[in-house]
Amino acid sequence: MAKQYETVIGLEVHVELATKTKIFCGCSTAFGGAPNTHTCPVCTGMPGSLPVLNKQVVEYAAAIGLAANCEIARVCKFDRKNYFYPDNPQNYQISQLYLPIARNGYIEIETGNIRKKIRIHEMHMEEDAGKLVHDEWDDTSLVDYNRSGVPLVEIVSEPDMRSAEEVIAYLEKLRLIIQYLGASDCKLQEGSMRADVNLSVQEVGSGKFGTRTEMKNLNSFKAISRAIEGERRRQIELLEEGKEVVQETRRWDDNKEVSFVMRSKEDAKDYRYFPEPDLVPVVLDDEWLAEIRARQPELRTEKLARYRKEFDIPEYDAEIITASKHMADIFEAVAFLCGKPKKAANWLIVETLRLLKERGQEPEDICFAPENLAKLIGMTEAGVVNSSVAKEVFEKIFDENIDPEKYVEEKGLKIESDEGALKAVLSKVIAENPQAAADYRNGKKKALGALVGQTMKEMKGKADPGAVNRRLKEMLPLKKKSQSPSNTSS
Amino acid sequence: MDIKCLTAVELGKKIGVGEVTVREAAEAALAQIEKVEERVHSFVTVNRERALERADKVQRLLDRGELTGPLAGVPMAVKDNLCTEGMPTTCSSRILENFVPSYTAEAVKRLEAAGAVMLGKTNMDEFAMGSTTETSYFGVTRNPWDLEHVPGGSSGGSCAAVAAEECFYALGSDTGGSIRQPSAFCGVVGMKPTYGTVSRYGLIAYGSSLDQIGPVARDVTDCAAVLEAIAGHDPKDSTSAKKESYAFTKALTEDVQGMRIGIPKDYFGGGLDKEIKEQIYQMVRELEKRGAISEEFDLNLVKYAVPAYYVIASAEASSNLSRFDGVKYGYRTSGYEGLHNMYKKSRSEGFGPEVKRRIMLGSFVLSSGYYDAYYLKALRTKALIKQAFDRAFAKYDVIIAPAAPATAPKLGSSLSDPIKMYLSDVYTVSVNLAGLPAVSVPVGTDSKGLPIGMQIIGDCYQENKIIRAAYTAERIRTYARPQLAAAEEKGGR
Repeated sequence: MAKQYETVIGLEVHVELATKTKIFCGCSTAFGGAPNTHTCPVCTGMPGSLPVLNKQVVEYAAAIGLAANCEIARVCKFDRKNYFYPDNPQNYQISQLYLPIARNGYIEIETGNIRKKIRIHEMHMEEDAGKLVHDEWDDTSLVDYNRSGVPLVEIVSEPDMRSAEEVIAYLEKLRLIIQYLGASDCKLQEGSMRADVNLSVQEVGSGKFGTRTEMKNLNSFKAISRAIEGERRRQIELLEEGKEVVQETRRWDDNKEVSFVMRSKEDAKDYRYFPEPDLVPVVLDDEWLAEIRARQPELRTEKLARYRKEFDIPEYDAEIITASKHMADIFEAVAFLCGKPKKAANWLIVETLRLLKERGQEPEDICFAPENLAKLIGMTEAGVVNSSVAKEVFEKIFDENIDPEKYVEEKGLKIESDEGALKAVLSKVIAENPQAAADYRNGKKKALGALVGQTMKEMKGKADPGAVNRRLKEMLPLKKKSQSPSNTSS
Repeated sequence: MDIKCLTAVELGKKIGVGEVTVREAAEAALAQIEKVEERVHSFVTVNRERALERADKVQRLLDRGELTGPLAGVPMAVKDNLCTEGMPTTCSSRILENFVPSYTAEAVKRLEAAGAVMLGKTNMDEFAMGSTTETSYFGVTRNPWDLEHVPGGSSGGSCAAVAAEECFYALGSDTGGSIRQPSAFCGVVGMKPTYGTVSRYGLIAYGSSLDQIGPVARDVTDCAAVLEAIAGHDPKDSTSAKKESYAFTKALTEDVQGMRIGIPKDYFGGGLDKEIKEQIYQMVRELEKRGAISEEFDLNLVKYAVPAYYVIASAEASSNLSRFDGVKYGYRTSGYEGLHNMYKKSRSEGFGPEVKRRIMLGSFVLSSGYYDAYYLKALRTKALIKQAFDRAFAKYDVIIAPAAPATAPKLGSSLSDPIKMYLSDVYTVSVNLAGLPAVSVPVGTDSKGLPIGMQIIGDCYQENKIIRAAYTAERIRTYARPQLAAAEEKGGR
């Protein structure tokens, strides 16, 4: 019988914090921008420049630490990590090694109804590096320091995960917490959340961890899953062949679905860490910590509980909506503005999710103003537009954030409320479809549908189908039955 | 009146009342530079046009009443490790030969706001590593008292320029004695303020936890006036302190009545030149005559100060200097293959031997496996030294010590034995390790005619006590002019 293996995984997750300015200077953290335009002497490592810690970074880091059940260090320090690379303008990174801001936390995950705690070893603050741009044609490299000094937190888990499923659940939970805190948008594709996977395999029951490798360059949850599966297979194959797993850092190529060695343990650098002398220790006193705690926003579990109490929406809907902080924010704003939480939830769960899926987007990408959806809900409720027009208008809101009132006005999509005009059309439709009218009057209820459809067509969709229905019934009274119903159809 | 013989504050007064124009002051200094620079070589860069342009601008501000103050219009010089926008800042190193900063150091900015006219940038030991100014890539500076001798270092250019009357005051930096020792060698007043008193923003770091910028001046009054202009909290420097008062000139009083002076026995033992010992003791006796009380005591730990200093300063330097890699600015080797080779060649060709020695020493003490044994142990020693000073300052107002074990050595006699050179820092490095303020004041000359400096050390933020003691000492031994400056004139000042 083949040996049974267990996979042991720990994660190092880097999260770019959503501060307006960099960690040690006043430069903008905005994504993009022409190369080297968001820079100053500090973040380009000019001689004589000195770092000054951005207070907001400490507050975000402490907030994440608290939400991840960590012990927050009352005094923490920065250290220098020394290594030469051109994206790192000082050739050292200011990070935390000896006294990080948070330690010993955990995050609870749920996979297939099983709850599990993933422990967090430590969490620290550090600065991001710049970006190298290689010009293959010219055989030169250029450096863009716009990203240099963007604040990061690195969250290091214990090796508590056993499958890709658990890893994804952990990452999703972590991302949700951080998004709820407003500390980062956590977009893997844009690199504002990056995960390195430490993985080893061991024979079930051996009780001893195997040699681990570290996998880098994982830009999506799918890539992470594939990389874990690939690495697990690679390591098991090695062991089955009687070979040893080498401790090394590997780079995942998601297109080829294979990994390559980046550097082995022998090449491991000696970072010569030492306390950063240009910064003073960060003291998080009771008062400051209490302030941060007080500002801690409602997290998902609390939000779900409140939705149950405040809004009469199905649990399933509430879960979907709160799975994204951004979606939940929109939901609450729309519900407040239109006073119809159920309708608001419906538009988000049905139409919004459909459009997101069609356009290959995430809930974080929703960019319409809640006012516009609220207005649309108000308009449908008031019978200003019918449901099919409303869907059409919503798509415009979703894509272009249009004002539905103006749009409907301009395009003339309002339900025709001119009774005279409707009556004229109805009379015309009845006159032109004598057979259908007669059928209906004779009790063939289905026939009414054809008449409604014809009317809507004549009205170019601008009629309220309910009203049309009602008026048609009034105009076509059913014939008195002289015979028993059983004979009518014969 | 010979303008160049005036002190900065005297000149400032004359400019203030319109007796001397700013241009006349600048021209006087530039003329002296013209005359003696070839022999002394205090400067790496002199920018005549810029200085005169600036002089005229300051004059206009003075005329319009938009600028007042004791230093307005006074020409000065800046050590070449302080960034000056638009003017080369080399650290006397090949690797920064063509480096022109995009911003000005905070201390220089404050002086500019006080109306300073910068003449140029002064020579120094490469990256402030050295005690003689002989490690400069741009050649040695000579001691204006005797051109065969070194001016000391690393702020040798600043001290020589002030002594040779090429400028009225200068800024230096002091990591392990780099202001006090050359001040003693050149017979000028030099002060290292308490760590955190002067912003380090724009000072190209050597040992960040030890570096402080300070004044080099002809007398204690100028020294206090310059310190007052450059001191103060700066939000750009996280290690900068916030104090209620930075009024140093108010301490310029001849009053040591009841002042308790500690004399650390271990600083006056073997290894100290006899003449220096005698002259300092004599000065202490003079101070006692004026009401001070002195007492000998054991500071201990003295022998650990130099090793601890070289471990910490080199460790920080190895990291601070890693940014000089040929990528962004400064020297890049002409021929290379690939990134690693470019780094290696640029740094090998760009740094001098003393800098390389300290980078290697610093990298070694920080490397894994040695960190605890060297770096951590040095940090613990640093803490113990601070405690020893704390105990001393519970008993004494100031501590008096030599600034160096001997007067200025001859050119070319120091670099061959680096260990010996390092050990000569024994009287100055403890002050940096403990973050204390200390001033070096001239107390006379030795039999060779070379100046002797006396170091007055104070407790943290007690600059005013050492200024008071130094001012009193200066009344006893007035400032003497070096021959080079005095020779060609009649009368003196």
